[in-house]
Amino acid sequence: MSVDAAAWEALSLSLWVACWATALAVPLALLVAWLLARRTFWGKSALNALVHLPLVLPPVVTGYLLLIAFGRSAPLGRALENIGLTLAFHWSGAVLAAIIMGFPLMVRAMRLAIEAVDPKLEAAAATLGAPRRAVFMRVTLPLIAPGILAGAVMGFAKAMGEFGATITFVANIPGQTQTLPSAIWTALQIPGGEGQAVTMVVLACVVALGAVVLSEMLAKRVARRIAGT
Amino acid sequence: MSLEVDITHHFGHFAIKAAFTAGSGITALFGRSGAGKTTVINAVAGLLQPDAGHIRLDGEVLSDAKTGVFQPPHARQFGYVFQDARLFPHLSVRDNLTFGARYAKQGHGARFDDVIALLGLESLLTRAPNSLSGGEKQRVALGRALLSHPRMLLMDEPLASLDGPRKQEILPYLERLRDGPLNLPILYVSHAVDEVARLADTLVLLQDGGVRAQGPLFDVMSDPAAVPLLGVREAGAVIEAEVAAHAGDGLSTLTLSAGTLELPGVQAPVGARVRLRVLAQDVILSLNRPDRLSSVNILPVRICDIHQGDGPGTALALEAGNDRLLARVTARAVRDMRLSIGTHCYAILKATTVAPGSIGR
Repeated sequence: MSVDAAAWEALSLSLWVACWATALAVPLALLVAWLLARRTFWGKSALNALVHLPLVLPPVVTGYLLLIAFGRSAPLGRALENIGLTLAFHWSGAVLAAIIMGFPLMVRAMRLAIEAVDPKLEAAAATLGAPRRAVFMRVTLPLIAPGILAGAVMGFAKAMGEFGATITFVANIPGQTQTLPSAIWTALQIPGGEGQAVTMVVLACVVALGAVVLSEMLAKRVARRIAGT
Repeated sequence: MSLEVDITHHFGHFAIKAAFTAGSGITALFGRSGAGKTTVINAVAGLLQPDAGHIRLDGEVLSDAKTGVFQPPHARQFGYVFQDARLFPHLSVRDNLTFGARYAKQGHGARFDDVIALLGLESLLTRAPNSLSGGEKQRVALGRALLSHPRMLLMDEPLASLDGPRKQEILPYLERLRDGPLNLPILYVSHAVDEVARLADTLVLLQDGGVRAQGPLFDVMSDPAAVPLLGVREAGAVIEAEVAAHAGDGLSTLTLSAGTLELPGVQAPVGARVRLRVLAQDVILSLNRPDRLSSVNILPVRICDIHQGDGPGTALALEAGNDRLLARVTARAVRDMRLSIGTHCYAILKATTVAPGSIGR
C-alpha cells in the first residue's frame, strides 16, 4: 500500500469516528449540561465528578477501563455484541472512546452557556403565553446556540486527536481502528517512517485548522443572528 | 372584571399577607422596597406559588393552595411589563412584539398596527433591543405585553429604572392606555407617590408585607391615617378639577366643587378635567377668611377627620365641597386653634403646591 493511501485511510477513519462521536455526544452533553446547570438532584456532584473523570485520568487508564467494561469477555460487552454492536477492537469502540474523552469539554462549554442565560427572560416568555417547550425552543436554545457550537467543535477536535484511550481500547489495526494519531505514532515507530508521518501531520494540521475556521464562521453567523441584525 | 387576591407567602421569617381586590382601571400597589409588592404581583402572574391562599379572576381560580390548583404563567393570559424590560436579545423589536401573538386567544385585544401607533414604535421595528434607550425598551415591552392579548396587564415598577425625562416620555403612553378603547385593567406596582397619584384609580397600600389601606385613589390619598404609609412629605389629597380659563400671565383658572384655584403651568385645554395633587404639608389653615394674602387659592373647608401622628404633626381631612383635602399641621396648632371634627375654617393652598407632573388626563 502506498504511503498516501494509508494516510488517507487513517484520515477518513478519523473523520468518520469524529463525526459520529460529535453527532452522538451533542444531545447527551446538552442534557447533562442542562441537569448540572439548572437542576438540583441527589447525586449531582457524583454525576459532575463522573463527567469530568476522563479529563483527569490518564487516557490509557480510561481506555483500559473501557476494555474491562465493554470487552468481549465482559458481561456488558457480550450483551451489546448479542444485539449486534461490537465495540472492542472495532471503529465503533473508537467512537465511544472519543465521546467519553470529549464529553467533559462539551458539557463544560454548554453548561457555561446555559448558566449565562437569564432565567428572567424565560419567565418573561412564559408570561407571554409560551409553554415550557416553546420557551426552550424560542428563547433558551437560540441564546445557548453559540455554546452548543463551541462544545461541538471542541468535541470534534478532541475526537480527531484522541490517542491514548483509543489505542488501548480498540488497538491499532490499519483500515479498521487505525485513526490518524495512531497511524502517525505507528509511522514514527518504523525506522525511516518520518516521511510517511510528515504527510499525515500535514493532513492533521489542515483538518484542525479547517475546523477552527469553520467554527469561527458559524459562531459569527450565530452571534449576528442573536444580535438581531 | 375583578381580580381577587388573598395570599400568604413566607421568606424565612418575613411573612407577606396580602388581601385586596382589583377592578377595572389602574389599581396601584404602593409600598416601599421590601413591602412585598413584587411578591404579590409575581404570585398574580404565576411566577411564584404562594404558600397559602387563593387568587381568582372573575371567579376563575388561578391559584388555590387548599385545592392545589395552580395555573402556570403561560395559561393565565396576563401581560407582564417588568422593571427591566426583559426584551429577547436575539430577536428584533418586531419579533419581540409578535412573540406572544401565536399563543393569544383570537377575537379580542389590540391589533398590531394600533399598538404600534399608540406607543410610537414605527421607527423601531427593525432595531435590535440592545440598541434601544431605556425608555424605548420599556415602550417595546409594553407593546409586547399588549400584543399577547392579555386579560389584564401587570406592571412592576415600569418607570423605576428610568430617569426623569424618560419617565415623562412613558407616562403619557400609560395614560393613553388607561383612557383608550382597550379598557384593559392594570395592576401597577410602584413606590413613587407621584406616579400613583397621576395614574391610579384604585390604591392598595402595602407595608411590611401587609395591606394597610385600600380603596378609590381619591379616598385613600385623603385619608389622614394613610399619611405615615405614604410618607409625611409625599402625602396629600388628589382631586379633580376642570380647566375654566387660561389668563395671559401664565395662570389658569380651575374649578372645584368648593371654589376656584389659580395655577400656573396647566397644559390642558379649557373644559378638560385634570388631576391635582395638593401636598398635605403645603396646606395652611385659618379660622378667619384671610385677606391681603399673596395667595388667592383659599377654599372654605370643614374638618372631617383628625389623625394624631407619633411626632409633632397631626393630619386633618378636610371637606371642600364634594372633594376631600388633606392638611398636615402641628399638634400645637390643633390645640391652640381648638380644631376638632366639624370645625369650619379656610384652607390656603399656594399655587406652587400642585406638582405639575400630577396634572394629567
